[in-house]
Amino acid sequence: MRASSAAALTLLPKIAALRARRERALAALGLPALLLLALLFAFPVLRLLGLSLEGGSLGWYGKALGEGLYLEVFWITFRIAALVTLLALLLGYPLAYFLATTTRFWTTLGFIFVILPLWTSILVRTYAWMVLLGRNGVVNRILLDLGLVREPLPLLYNELGVVIGMVHVLIPYMVLPIYSALKRLDPSLAQAAEGLGAPASRIFLRIVLPLTLDGVFAGAILVFVLSLGFFITPALLGGGRVIMIAVLIEQQVRETLDWSFAGALSAVLLVATVAIYGLAQRARRPGAELAP
Amino acid sequence: MPRRRPRPGRIVLGAVSALIFAFLILPLVVVFPLSVSSAPYLQFPPPGLSWRWYENYFGDPVWIAATLRSLKIATAAMLLSLLVGTPLAFSVVRGRYPGRALLDRLAAAPMIVPAIVFSVAVYGLFAKLKLIGAWYGIALAHTVLALPFVVIVIGAGLRGFDEALEAAALGLGASRWQAVRRVTLPQIRPSLVSAALLAFVTSFDELVVAMFLAGSEMTLPKKMFDNIRMEIDPTIAAVSVLQIALIVLAVLVAQRFGRGALEVK
Repeated sequence: MRASSAAALTLLPKIAALRARRERALAALGLPALLLLALLFAFPVLRLLGLSLEGGSLGWYGKALGEGLYLEVFWITFRIAALVTLLALLLGYPLAYFLATTTRFWTTLGFIFVILPLWTSILVRTYAWMVLLGRNGVVNRILLDLGLVREPLPLLYNELGVVIGMVHVLIPYMVLPIYSALKRLDPSLAQAAEGLGAPASRIFLRIVLPLTLDGVFAGAILVFVLSLGFFITPALLGGGRVIMIAVLIEQQVRETLDWSFAGALSAVLLVATVAIYGLAQRARRPGAELAP
Repeated sequence: MPRRRPRPGRIVLGAVSALIFAFLILPLVVVFPLSVSSAPYLQFPPPGLSWRWYENYFGDPVWIAATLRSLKIATAAMLLSLLVGTPLAFSVVRGRYPGRALLDRLAAAPMIVPAIVFSVAVYGLFAKLKLIGAWYGIALAHTVLALPFVVIVIGAGLRGFDEALEAAALGLGASRWQAVRRVTLPQIRPSLVSAALLAFVTSFDELVVAMFLAGSEMTLPKKMFDNIRMEIDPTIAAVSVLQIALIVLAVLVAQRFGRGALEVK
């Protein structure tokens, strides 16, 4: 007994040394990535943010957040992001509910439909929407042929076109977290309510919806934040008429070569993005503890 | 849910879902008939069949050069992100050293920072370094964008891997490197394959970074973007069909290799 514990005592420093060696080796494995991220990610992003403070003043931020023209861009961006989030939720929730409650065959097929767009180039999808929504596009032609409208509807090169294109791109990001929340839901809760005579609408509103709110929340945050930084869809489907923040930043760099202002706009976009993620994570903590 | 009677609510849900599925899939379907249309402008339904838009694509050296450049960049970004990301995944999954959580967050950051901010930032740096127009400059930037996916996917594979197997190999006299190469990596091969595929597609489809860094050296998405903006003709539909076909093929191949790995003993 004594001998073995003495042996164990002499072994302890050895084990500690081995552990320390293992940790050093594991840390070293992260070094190439750390180097890459520091040089090609952190440094250029911080450098860009630094440019916005050129001259040691906050003048560029004053321009970004003070002038009506640019405030309008922020307002449009937030409005579109909010609308896209709402629509993605209204379409995404029923879809997730269907996928979570149907037979395995339909779930698999449905997921292919949800995931396939994710794998397809965003340019292909945006181009397809231009084909569908244009003045002579498929949708207008059908509406005209059916006699539902007399003139082609303006579906493209405006906010409506941008919103349609963005909702299409972002729905999968809403469906996936809601689907997993629905799958975590204990079906016996709904059965118990049903057994006690609650109507389906009440079961949904009082049990299913409240218990899947964390999935709704996660999806909404993701869609909203991704919307804020969207570039390709507004640039193409907006036809130069819908200026969102990302489009404005690109213009500042490519056309006016105004790096400091682009830096300030980037900083605002970045801070908004990180702040929303951060708040969301903090807000979700208490709920997470309650979850089974 | 054990009991399922067809209720009116259920039927409405099915119908609504069908409409939403149509909304999701419609844009992918519409490019197919368009790409074989004989009409010189967008017309739907197409008046006749023709391969001219595919001939346009294959006959135009600019399209082909852009495609080859994108394939080269995506391959390089895929290899580099695996080379750097796989050790990083080992490091953040198994390590307990101080700073590990921070490194984990840093690796996820390129996914959170908006693409436009990263693109403009790298453009500023690369303009100083005279790297605009260099294919490897784009490949390096794409590596950064692909890295979070590689770390997440391989990290998940590693968490599901029983480290005792590696310890057994070590106990039987294998070196650490042999144990990882002969035991661990084959076991997580499905994760490696999907990580590679994700990294490849991330780069191959990427437009915003390439738009800034490519200069006059077009990548495929940049060429598509310019074409859509300038002159819409159905060549772009033919390119879209080819791209969808390529992705489907890549996913099928990945699934085959990914699954095969699990069946090897």
